[in-house]
Amino acid sequence: MKSITELEELRKKALEKMGVRANTDGYRIVVGMATCGIAAGARPVMNSFMEELQKREIKNASVTMTGCVGVCRLEPIVEVIDPSGNKTTYVKMTSEKAVRIVAEHIVNGRVCLDYTIGYEDKK
Amino acid sequence: MRDISLHLLDIIQNSIAASGTSIAIAITSCLKSQELKISISDNGIGMDEEMLKRVTDPFITTRDTRKVGLGISLFKASAEQSGGYLEISSKKGLGTTLEAVFMIDNIDRPPLGDVADTVASVLVSNETLHLTLVLSHNDEKFVFDTEEVKKMLNGVPINEYEVLNWIKGYINEGINVTFGGVLNEINN
Repeated sequence: MKSITELEELRKKALEKMGVRANTDGYRIVVGMATCGIAAGARPVMNSFMEELQKREIKNASVTMTGCVGVCRLEPIVEVIDPSGNKTTYVKMTSEKAVRIVAEHIVNGRVCLDYTIGYEDKK
Repeated sequence: MRDISLHLLDIIQNSIAASGTSIAIAITSCLKSQELKISISDNGIGMDEEMLKRVTDPFITTRDTRKVGLGISLFKASAEQSGGYLEISSKKGLGTTLEAVFMIDNIDRPPLGDVADTVASVLVSNETLHLTLVLSHNDEKFVFDTEEVKKMLNGVPINEYEVLNWIKGYINEGINVTFGGVLNEINN
């Protein structure tokens, strides 16, 4: 059975690599988590972003959630805001898409155009 | 919504949107009455009587991004579909409490789902939130309190990835221990 005293060990480990997601100058990944987003699968999408950032030890990105973005038919929606403030809106998100966005957009700075709202609207 | 934990996430988001800084969740199962009670209380801005009367109407919302407010109405429909009900009490300036009752043996009752994941997801971007989760089944009781965790972490943010993972494991164990054999009935 897990005990709350285990947190002491976790605390020591966390202090060693503090700031993994505390950096506010980097990328911001904002997941729409209103009724529409949750019903469409936003929770596993957010988990995938968290997992992938942790796996790749990415320090310049944070994950947050927001309410309804206003385009419920395209949920789950994720906005990625780069360090210069440019916003990319990704739609109909899945865990697989989240993994690719971290690899291409967050790590290499290349927007995944085929997942964006603009691409979806042109279909 | 596929399961109760997703409704829970949705209602918690309402509490946070209503400026709630303290949220208490209680999940209670009773085999004798075959009831699974889900209660969510917050200390947010609350609602006046007029809003309280209309809040389960799907065409009522305080948001301006869309004209429907489906969260509470879907939760209510889900509870009623399993032979249960939803009750809401609220006082302006004091907070709101929602209590949904699901009948455990009803074929239309949704599964409990991943409550641990819901709690961890909420904490990702709400590290200052005081959240308590109480699980009860007959004499078994499990309590998770973010303040207790924060005290142990002593300055390390509760939304560090390893901490959130630990919280998920801790709550999942709590669910197993508390609900024991009932878990399958609730989860399936």
